[in-house]
Amino acid sequence: MRFSALALARGAFSFHGNWPQLWRSPEPKRRYDVAVIGGGGHGLATAYYLAKEHGVRNVAVLEKGWLGGGNTGRNTTVVRSNYFYPESARLYELSLRLYEGLSRELGFNIMLSQRGILTLAHDSHQLKMLARWLNAMHLNGIDGELLGPGEVRQWLPLLNDSPTARYPVKGAVLQRRGGIARHDAVAWGYARAADTLGVDIVQNCEVLGFLREGERVVGIETTRGCIQADKVALAVAGHSGVLAAKAGFRLPVTSYALQAFVTEPVKPALSCVAVSMATGAYVSQSDKGELVVGGSLDLYPSYAQRGNLPTLQAVVAGLLELFPCFSRLRMLRQWAGIVDVVHDSSPIIDHAPVKGMYLNCGWGTGGFKAIPGGGLVFAHLIATGRPHPAAEAFTLRRFASGALIDEGAAAGISH
Amino acid sequence: MLRISCPWCGPRDEPEFRWGGEVPVLRPGPPEAVSDSAWAQYLFVRDNPKGWVRERWVHAFGCRQWLIVVRNTVTHEIRATARLTEPLPEVTP
Ligand SMILES: Cc1cc2nc3c(=O)[nH]c(=O)nc-3n(C[C@H](O)[C@H](O)[C@H](O)COP(=O)(O)OP(=O)(O)OC[C@H]3O[C@@H](n4cnc5c(N)ncnc54)[C@H](O)[C@@H]3O)c2cc1C
Ligand SMILES: [Zn+2]
Repeated sequence: MRFSALALARGAFSFHGNWPQLWRSPEPKRRYDVAVIGGGGHGLATAYYLAKEHGVRNVAVLEKGWLGGGNTGRNTTVVRSNYFYPESARLYELSLRLYEGLSRELGFNIMLSQRGILTLAHDSHQLKMLARWLNAMHLNGIDGELLGPGEVRQWLPLLNDSPTARYPVKGAVLQRRGGIARHDAVAWGYARAADTLGVDIVQNCEVLGFLREGERVVGIETTRGCIQADKVALAVAGHSGVLAAKAGFRLPVTSYALQAFVTEPVKPALSCVAVSMATGAYVSQSDKGELVVGGSLDLYPSYAQRGNLPTLQAVVAGLLELFPCFSRLRMLRQWAGIVDVVHDSSPIIDHAPVKGMYLNCGWGTGGFKAIPGGGLVFAHLIATGRPHPAAEAFTLRRFASGALIDEGAAAGISH
Repeated sequence: MLRISCPWCGPRDEPEFRWGGEVPVLRPGPPEAVSDSAWAQYLFVRDNPKGWVRERWVHAFGCRQWLIVVRNTVTHEIRATARLTEPLPEVTP
C-alpha cells in the first residue's frame, strides 16, 4: 500500500477509518536465508536492500521491542556528509544521496529538510580547524562554505553576539545539503518497503542466543522459539557487545547513554541546524516548532535509556550561552539512547569473528544519517561475502592494523 | 545523578568524578612479544557488560585519588567502592 493523493482522497470517504496496516506482523518462520537482528533503521534498511538489490527475500528482521524504538526513534535526526577522511566522506555521501531520493523510492515522506548545517567556531584555533576540515571536504568532493561572523549572524539572528559573550562566534562551516529528516518515517518507510518485498518483520522477539554447528552460527534462539538462518546479521547498536558475548567474542565497543531534549513548540526561530564546537551543544527546530537539543555523551558506560542530570545541565548551559533568549522555554521531554561508541568514531561493517555472522555497529552518536548507506553496504556484504567498495575500510581488523579512521579527532563534532 | 562514595572523602556527587574504564585490563608484555591483535585487545576491546561491572574512577575535583567502583550499568546502582590497594571486589551477576 503506497500513499498518494488518490489514496488520501479515498481514505477521506471512509473518514480515514480503513487504512491498512503498513506491514504484516507474521509469526516467525522456522528458517530464513538471512536473519537480521535489530529493527532499527540499519536493520530495516539492510533487509530492504537485501531484497531489492540482491533478490534475497527470505529475510526476517527480529526486534526485541518495537520497530525503531532504539536509537533510530531517539535521535536528533541530523543528516550531513561533511566528514574529514575520504573513507567516511564516501560512505556518508553515499548515504546522503540515497536520502535525497528516499521519499520517492519508498513512497513514504521522510520529510528530508536540507536546511543547512552550521558548525560554529568560537576562537581562532577552532576557526583554523574548521578551515582545515573544509579543505578536506572539498578534496573529498563534498559541498561546504566558510562563513564569516556577519554571514553567521544572518543565518542565526538569535545568536548571542554581545561583546561580553562567553562564546563569541568567529565563523562557521556551512553544508547546505545537511539538515534533518523524520526519524520514525525512515524506519516505517523501510519497514513497509521491505515487507512489500516479502521480508518478515517480527517485533517483540528478543534474540537470546545463537545456534551453532561447530564453528558456525546456523541460527538464533529467540523469545519466540528457535529460528534457523544461513546468515545472521547483527544491527543492534548499543547492544552489540551483549550479543557478541552470547556468540563468544568481544568487540571494541563501549555503550554509553546519549541524551536529547525538546522544548515546548514556538514559532519559527531557527532556520538551520547549529552545532557549537566549544560547548558541544547543537540545536534545530522541528516542523512542530519544538527546539530539538543534543550534546555530549554521559561519560560512563550505561544501558539505561534515561541519561543523567549533570550532562543535561551542561548541554543546556552551552545552548543558553549561544542563544540566551531560549532560556524562557521549558523542556517538554528528555530521553536517552544507548549508543555503540568505538575508539575512532567510525562504524564496523564486517564479517564477525564467528562464521555465518555479520556485523553492523560502531555508529555511535552519528548513525542516523548513515541508515540508507549503512543498509546498502551491509546488504552487499551479507549477500556477496565481500565488502561494498564504499565500506572497505570499515573493518574490525583496523583496530589491530592501526588503520583507524579517527573522525572523532578529525572533525571534532560527533553527531 | 550518581552519588559515589570515595574511600577517602565519603559520598560525593557525580560531577566531581571522572570515569576511567573497566577493570581489570592488564597490559600485555614484554612489548616485543605482543602481537598486533593482543595489543588491540588491550587497547580497544572491552567486555562492556550489561549489568554489574568493576571500573576505575578518579575523584578529579576532590582528593584526586583513583578508586574502584562496582556499578550496575542498567540500574546505575553502586554496590561497593574500594581503594586501588585493596583486593578487587568480586562481582556476581
Ligand atoms: C539522543 C541521540 C541523538 C542522536 N542524534 C543523531 C543525529 O542527529 N544524527 C545522526 O546521524 N545520528 C544520531 N544519533 C545516532 C543514531 O541514532 C544511531 O547511530 C542510529 O539510529 C543507529 O541505528 P541502528 O539501527 O544501528 O540502531 P537502533 O535504532 O538502536 O536499533 C537497534 C535495535 O536492536 C534492538 N535489539 C537490541 N538487542 C536485541 C536483541 N537481543 N534481540 C532483538 N533486537 C534487539 C533494539 O531494541 C533496537 O531497536 C543519535 C543517537 C541518540 C541516542
Ligand atoms: Zn576523594
